[in-house]
Formats: sequence, C-alpha cells, structure tokens
Amino acid sequence: MKQVNKSIPKIDGMGLAKGKPAFTDDLTDSNAIIVKVLRSPHAFARIKNINVDKAVKYPGVECVFTHKDVPRNVFTRAGQGYPEPSPKDKFILDEYVRYVGDEVAVVAATTDEIADQAMKLIEVEYEVFEAVLDFEKAENNKSVIHPEKESYTMFPMGFDASKNIACTYDMHIGDVDEVLKNSEVVLDKTYYTQAQAHVAIETHSSTAYIDHYERLNIITSTQTPVHLRRIIGEALGMPINKIRVVKPRVGGAFGGKQQIHGELFCALVTLKTGRPSKCIYSRKEVFESSFSRHAMRLNIKIGADKTGRLKAIDLRVLSDTGAYGEHALTVFMIAGSKTLPLYNKVEAVRFGGIVVYTNHTPGGAYRGYGAIQGNFALESAMDELADKLNIDPIQLREMNMIKEGETSEIFKIMGEGGEGTAQIIESCKLDYCLKRGSEMIKWNSKYLHKKINADKVRGIGMAIAMQGSGIPNMDMGAASLKLNDDGFFNLLIGATDLGTGSDTILAQIAAETLNVPVEDIVVYASDSDLTPFDCGAYASSTTFVSGNGVRKTAEKMKNLIISEGAKHLQINVEDTIFDGKTIKSKDGEKSISLKEISKGWLYHYGQGQEQLIASDSYVGKKSPPPYMAGFVEVEVDTKTGHFDILDYTAVVDCGTTINPKLALGQMEGGLLQGIGMAVYEDVKYNKYGQMLTNNLMNYKIPTREDVPNINVEFADSYEPSGPYGAKSVGEIGIDTPPAAISNAIFNAVGVRINDLPITPEKILMAMKKKEQKK
Amino acid sequence: MIIDEYKKPKTIEEAYSILTTKENSQIIGGGAYMRLSKKHIGTAVDLSNLKLDFITETENYIEIGATTTLRELEINDITNKYFNGIISKSIKNIVGVQLRNIATVGGSIAGKFGFSDLIAALSVLDSKVILYKTGAVNLLDFINKKHNDVIEKIIITKNNLNADFQSIRNTKTDYAILNVAVSKHNNNFYKIAVGARPGIAICADKAESFLKTVDFSKENAEKAGLIASEEIKFTSNFRASAEYRQELCKTLVSRAILNINC
Amino acid sequence: MKINLKINNQDKIIDIRPDEMLLEVLRKNGCLSVKHGCDTGSCGACTVLLDGKPILSCSYFAAKADGHSVTTVEGVQNKVEKISKYLVDEGSVQCGFCVPGLVLTTMGMEKELNNPTEDEINHYLSGNLCRCTGYVSHTRAIKKYLEDKK
Repeated sequence: MKQVNKSIPKIDGMGLAKGKPAFTDDLTDSNAIIVKVLRSPHAFARIKNINVDKAVKYPGVECVFTHKDVPRNVFTRAGQGYPEPSPKDKFILDEYVRYVGDEVAVVAATTDEIADQAMKLIEVEYEVFEAVLDFEKAENNKSVIHPEKESYTMFPMGFDASKNIACTYDMHIGDVDEVLKNSEVVLDKTYYTQAQAHVAIETHSSTAYIDHYERLNIITSTQTPVHLRRIIGEALGMPINKIRVVKPRVGGAFGGKQQIHGELFCALVTLKTGRPSKCIYSRKEVFESSFSRHAMRLNIKIGADKTGRLKAIDLRVLSDTGAYGEHALTVFMIAGSKTLPLYNKVEAVRFGGIVVYTNHTPGGAYRGYGAIQGNFALESAMDELADKLNIDPIQLREMNMIKEGETSEIFKIMGEGGEGTAQIIESCKLDYCLKRGSEMIKWNSKYLHKKINADKVRGIGMAIAMQGSGIPNMDMGAASLKLNDDGFFNLLIGATDLGTGSDTILAQIAAETLNVPVEDIVVYASDSDLTPFDCGAYASSTTFVSGNGVRKTAEKMKNLIISEGAKHLQINVEDTIFDGKTIKSKDGEKSISLKEISKGWLYHYGQGQEQLIASDSYVGKKSPPPYMAGFVEVEVDTKTGHFDILDYTAVVDCGTTINPKLALGQMEGGLLQGIGMAVYEDVKYNKYGQMLTNNLMNYKIPTREDVPNINVEFADSYEPSGPYGAKSVGEIGIDTPPAAISNAIFNAVGVRINDLPITPEKILMAMKKKEQKK
Repeated sequence: MIIDEYKKPKTIEEAYSILTTKENSQIIGGGAYMRLSKKHIGTAVDLSNLKLDFITETENYIEIGATTTLRELEINDITNKYFNGIISKSIKNIVGVQLRNIATVGGSIAGKFGFSDLIAALSVLDSKVILYKTGAVNLLDFINKKHNDVIEKIIITKNNLNADFQSIRNTKTDYAILNVAVSKHNNNFYKIAVGARPGIAICADKAESFLKTVDFSKENAEKAGLIASEEIKFTSNFRASAEYRQELCKTLVSRAILNINC
Repeated sequence: MKINLKINNQDKIIDIRPDEMLLEVLRKNGCLSVKHGCDTGSCGACTVLLDGKPILSCSYFAAKADGHSVTTVEGVQNKVEKISKYLVDEGSVQCGFCVPGLVLTTMGMEKELNNPTEDEINHYLSGNLCRCTGYVSHTRAIKKYLEDKK
C-alpha cells in the first residue's frame, strides 16, 4: 500500500493554520442581516400573548417572526436518515416553550446591537407551568411537556407524549431472570451519567442568501448537509430543489452539529427579505439552546459463576432527552447494542427502558452516542465483579470477551432504532489490546495501588470498549471522480469533514486505488448541489461507509481508464493495464501516459473525445466494530480527594489506519473528551431549570495542563469489509475513560463513584463516609 | 454592556475628576471581565496613559502600579524574590497568559471577586491600597468599604514573611474551589486568609490566635486547620458544597503552615 | 470614536464604538483568522499579539488599543508557516479553528521563554483551548519546532 496507512499531512491543514477564511462566519456576506432569537426565560410555559409591534418599528429591524407567522409543520431537527428514528415533536416556533432557552421569536436587524435592542422590545406574557426537572420523576408527571396533537413517530417506538415518554424499547435473549436466579454470584448496581456539552470551539453558525437562480443557499456548520436540506424543506413546506446546502470548514462538531440549529431562522429571514442573513450562536446559546449528551440512569445486573464466567447481563436504562426527542431512541438503544456484545458468551441478556421528556436542554447526538453511558455501567460493574470474586480485572475480561470469528445475537436484534444486522466479527484484536496495554502501563507492577507518601496514593484501572462503523443497510456514502487534462482527478464527495481529516483520507483511498499520488486527487465535498449523496458524518461512518464508496468509485474510474484506453490503443481490454501513470498493453508494446491521453480525451481526439467520470456508492452490509482497551493511572490526594491523571494508555483495533497520524489525533482527542466527561464536565441546572454552566467559565473542558500524558498505539488489524482493511476510529476513543478512571479511583482509595463526573468532592466525601462506617 | 464615552485621561486628577463628576462613570481596569456585565456605563475611564504600569522596590516597600498586568506581576523578579513567591504562585493559574496580559492589579483588587486568588495572597501580606484622594488604606478596609476613588498602586511592606498559597481547582486553570494563603513572621505570628468560599478571602482570626500560643508541630498545624475550618463560613454553589470546602480548608490551611515551616 | 491602530504593520484610522471589543474591529477589518469562540475570555481562539504580547481580543476594548500595534496570522504568514509545518506534520491541525490563536501564543512564548520544558510549554499555552486533538500532538509538534530551531 503506497497511499494508505501513510501519514500524509492533512490537505487543508496549512491553509487553516494560516487563517484562510474557511468557516461559516468568514464566508458570510458583509451586509448580511443579523438573525437573533428571543429565548424563553421559563423552563415550561405557554405564550399567552406576544406583542412585537415596538420591535418591528424599531429602526434597523428587518422582520420579526413569532409562532403566529411561521408554517406549523411538525418535524425533528435530529439530522438522521429517513425514515427518521426520532419523534417528530418540534415546530419552527411554537406557543409552548419547553426549556430555558427555547425559541420564542426570531428577530432580524441590520446590526447585532439593533437586534439585541429589538428583542428587549418584544412583550411576552407567559402562562408558566410546573417544570419537569428530575428525569426520574418525568414519567406520568402531571406536567405534560408535549400536549400538542401533531407530534408523531414515523414508525412505532413506544412514543407516548401523554406520559412524557419519547420512546421505549425492550429486548431479551434467553430467560434472564432464571439464569440470574441460578447464578452463583449476582451483582446489582445503579450508575448515573450526566449531560455533557460538546464545546466545539466554533459556535453553531449559519448563513443564507438567494442566488441568481432565485434558490435558497445555506452555508452552515453542519455534519449532515443532505439531511439538513430535507428537514428545512419539510419544516418550511418548500420543495428541496429550491434549496442548496454547503458545508464549509467546520470548527469542531462531535455530534453537536448533526442536528440543525440556526439554519431555519436564516432561511425564514432570507426568504422573506430576499437578503443575505446570518445566525451566529453565542456560546451561551450553544450551551443552553442547542443539544447535549443524554443523561442516563443505568441499572445493571450481572450473574456469574465463582470462576468469573458471565451467565447473564440485564441492563435497564432511563434516559433524559430533554424538551425534544432528537436521537432519543437511538442513543438509548446504543447504550446496549454497542456494549453488551463485548461479552457475548452469556446464556441470557436483556436490555430495555424508556426515554423521557423533561424541561432540560434537548439531548442530541454526541460522540460515543450511548455507548459511553453503557460502557460506564458495564465496565464499572465488571470491575465490581472482579473485586467481589477476587479476580484480576483483565483476566475477568479475557475470559468473557468477544473474539475474532465469533458473533453476538444482539447484532441481529438491535439496530439503529429497529432491527439490526447479523454479522460475524472478522477483525477483533481485543486480546492483543489488553496484553499490549497492560505492558505499556506496567499493570502487573502497579495493580492495585501504591502509596507515594502520607497523603498520596496511586491506583490503576482499565476498561474495554467497542463501537460500530456506520449504520448497516441504511446509511450510504457516494463519490464521483472526474478525470481532467494533465491526468489529475476531482474527487467529489458528500462526506463531511468536520476537522476529522476525512477529505484527506478519502483522497488517500482514491489515490491508492488509482495508484496515483494524493496530490493528483483534488477534493470537493459537502455541497448538496454538486456532490453526490452522503448521509453525513455521524455513527463512525465516514472512513468505512464513505471510504468504501470512494474505493468503489476509484475502481470504476480505473476500469474506465483501462477500457477507454484500450480503445485508443486498439488492444483488448483484457490485455490492458493501468499503473497510475501509463496505460499499456501487457507486453508493453503499446502505451500512452495518463497525462497525454487525458488531454486528448478532452481536446483533440475528435470522435474519441469524452469526459471520463465515474460514480459509485456504498451502503454497509455490516458495521464492523473497532475495539480498544484503555488503562489509566491516577494519583489521589487522600486529604482533598483531588487526583491527577498520570497516564492514559490506549491500544486500539480500528483495522488499517488509513492515515496513522490522523487516526492518532482522533484517538487522543476522543480520549480527552471522555476524560472530560469522566472528571471535569457537568451540565448543571438550578431549581428553576436555568443552566448554571452556560459559559466556559463555569463549564470546564480539559486544558493542555490537565492530562499531558496520553499514549496510544494501534493493533495490527485488517477488516476484510473495510476500505483497505479500515474500520472506524472517530468515536471509539471516548468510551473507556469514565469506567477506567472510576475503576482506578476505586483501586487507589477503595471508594466507588457511580455517578459521573468523578469529582474530588465526591471522592473525599465517600472516603469520609467509609471511614465513619468503620 | 454599553459605553457611551471612552476616556484615557492624562493625569490622575483628570481621571478622578471624571469619576466623581460624570454620571455612571467607571474605571476600566484591563477591561477583561467588565464587558460581561450588563451595565450601561456613561464614561469609561481607562488609566493606561497614567504610567501606573510599574513594579518597584523601595527601602521598605514593594510598589505595584494599578495598571500593571497580572502577567507582569507573575514574572517580575522583585515580586518573586519575596514571600516565597506567593504572589506569582497565586496568579499563575488564572485562565491563561493572554488573559493575564490584560487583567490588571488595580482591576483585580477593585473587582473584589470572591474567587480572587490575588486578594487571598495579598491579604496575608502587609498590603495597602493607595488611593488618589483617600491615601493609604489597608487592603481589608478597602475590600469592606466602597471608595469612589482612583487606585494608584498597591504597596507591600518588605518584611521577612514566609508565605504559602494553596488552592484546589477543577481543571488547572479554573477558578479555585477554595484558596488559602498563609504567612508567618519570625515569631509565631501567622496570617491566614481563606477565599473562594465562594465568598471573598477573609482571615481566620481564631486559628491565628491559636498559633500564637503554641509551638510549631504537625499536630498544631492540623489543629489550626481545624479551627480555621470551624470559624470561617462556607457556602455551597455549583462548584462545591460548603461541607467539602470546609474539609478542604482544614487540609489546605495545615498544609500551608507545614510548607512554611519545612 | 476614532482610533489609530497598526494592524499587521499597516497604520489605520478606524471608527469604532466606545464599547466595541478588538475582536469585532479586527474581523470587520479583514482579519478573519481571529475567531470568536466563547464570549468570556476562556478559550483563546481570539488571541492576537498586542505590541508583541498575546492577548484575548474578545476581552480587550478596541479603544484601549488606540495607538498600539496588533499582529494577527495574516501579518506573519511566513513565520506561521514555519511553526504550522510541525503542527500539520503531527496531524494536530484538526478543525483548525483554534490554530491561528495557538500559533500566536506560541510566538509570544518564543519571545519570553528560553528552552521551555514540556510543562512550561503546556502552562504557557494553557489559555488556548482545543476540543479536537487532546493537545498532546500540539505539544509534540511545538517541542520539535523549538528543538529544530536551535
């Protein structure tokens, strides 16, 4: 392999570092009207009256929209495939506001200041209701968050708005109760995971204008341009052939920009005024009024025999989707479907629960997507079991975990909102990941803990994880390749690079297939008019799904060059080869360079003139999971509970790394985001449902001083169904830190924090409580 | 925040005059946090043309001009030479170099922020705030009283204090969950300040009194920590509970005392 | 009000509002590399050099900058390319949104610190948040850059 498994520089890296205008707000028309949203101060209320007269008359105000002025079409902002697996429960603007920060009115003005001023002039009279702020009390609460008649789901998912239930799901294999009853050891534990904010450094940004074909153009920081086009059309009731969506560079997303955000408001304003508009969210709006990770309660029961063989797992989940149901069902299902197959040798397994509406900021897609929540419960419980049985945690996992060539029935039963797809695991190097990781961190000499001085003790912990590679039989990626004179290619892809480097690795895959240098592949991506379909960047799909689409397209192009080249050389196709530079007969007697022939095909071959263009698409028949083992060493100050993360070591099986440096970046970044969730980050509300952590002074993401020592290695692995052996690497890194760190803290000081984040306060207070018990 | 008029006076007298005569006028320190307020400021007074950007050493004092940035204070040789570098230690984790290049000493003192690490550190040194009209005011008096005056400088007596600063933070550059500063003269005369309770730093008088009566030992340091944690009022906020802050106070006060004596 | 501002070595007279922050003024004047990230002086994406020192342009009154010199990456493209080559080689320009600010803070660090240790590098740059990389690739790149510069 010449072009893949090679760390070429990211193709847009230097341009971005040099500050070239590339992001949405860099590309907006300087005369764009400023779009701002008046937001609800109440967690749950009905707008009794709204008077915008003064605002409309304020000089510089272009227009104001309230729920009375916009189409009342129900939709979901989730940005998923179709039919959508999230409840349709959102209107552009509604008379009900369901969380602090929900949209009340849209104001468009010539400047920021005028828009701010105009918002103050809008008079709103609210009927305030009692809000549902405890997700454990949401079901059957007397406050019904979605009383509207229109909300519905596109297929059955147990949606029952009258009970505040967004969806329910239950599955089982075998008789779990019976197997648990007969197990020698049964562990029964409850864990809580908190809401986490994505904190992409670029806030949600969008802009719109009408072009000379009188079509609506939207440039936006999004992960899902084609889904977005579909949703905008649905919400506004306009044909999507009138809409073009372009994704420029995106300043980080992590799931937060899978959902639509300000695009609808820009569209409204631009359609009404005919003028360009832009909507750049403030950081506060991103925190309060976009999306966050679904908070969950996870009850887990594990039955095992005394030697540590698992017999049954029962995982019951309650998930908080907040005011709207974006990704409610799928995130919750993945808490089971991308964790439970790790231990595929159980006799019985059960998964189920409900997702409830509350008056919190809506849940949404977030890297890890349920797997990180499920992993915290499962991998913490595994360590609790190891402790109970007095078995080394690594050994317990080795005994029970999935191996290459095996399967899990769960793959077939549980999919993305519905039935899944059966698959045999053709690549799984978990055994190597465990062995190598424990060597790297020196597990045997460090386990369980080591006293450093009177106040400091070190502990070590670990966890394993799996994810997926796209959504099989659903999400598709397509590509086109166009041959230009001088023998270089345009690669047109719908895939959306969010800073992940997918433009680069997809160019590498095309270059590898065509056997040309990457410089000869010019990438253009994510433009709903010009690039072929791609579901977008989510569900760890781009390398595997879009990558396979690109590989297939490049193969088509290669065959096209050979067949058309054979015609030109007047030889049989079977006797023709293309080596990336030259098209020639096998005996070498006849040949022509790609450079020369490409010019001829376009300019001077007369009857033989033609544009060579190839296109193909790929939809997964399986979703091969990447696997990893994560290890962490912490040093705990026993007098304050404060701890340092001395070393986070990860060994990862993501199949072939198309670009090892970029894959490493995905891993290191994912790990630190997972560490952020495990230790530092927490979306907190006060008793009125106002978010206390709505800025970066109060919501803390890790800095570069917090975890300076992250060590990642890749296992030698090859996934036969992946492009050149690749699986996904975008999400897997985030999954292990919560459980691994919790396990390390337990090993260090003997207390277990079962509700995230694991803060110094919780540790110290638990230690004191434990001491008092003695 | 809205500002109608922005002035950079050339003399302190002029600054003072604007401050005391113009409605809704306010001095801009570095300005870093000012813009987060929702205030409507008539005249913003920027002191940057007053040459108050200095750190000097006289026979008895260290003098720090009001517009000196936190970064200058942090890396200055003079401030680092004294009091075991407590001043630098207290401010080096504030957000980042870029913010510390903006935020000023005058602004940090005048802001009277509960989380202020600098105020905790200065509270255990012999620090005075020099105001243009009012003259010298003890730091504690400055904090407890409202002064419609211009801060010229802070002066700190150069005595042989040993000092230490301790804090616990969420991430490394976060605001402190609790901060503690302790200083000690040659005898058993200690000063203990506890801040980010989350209220502004206050002194632990009883713990200080206790330490006057006993010789240094690990046990007495711990006892002082306990006394401080019982005399000082802590409250809960989203960063931490009062109970946790009380526990931290015990440990951080005794650690600072131990550090000073070892 | 009018201010004199030297932006990337060009003297400009700019009309501003008294409460306008330097970030907005720079973006209006074509320095689009200076990014708006957080509103609270917490993220470092808006970093510029003021008289050679890194500051947060989101938290600095434009009026305060009157008479001073501002540098953004637009004004030091060659230097930026030198540093960024190491960042790009390490794969540490992911979304790239925070990178111009990071590079400018790195330039500030070069001026102030001789032979910084890894801890000193991380401390100096800690005001530049990044959500993509996990930071360790930045550190590797900047260490190599400083090493090769010797």
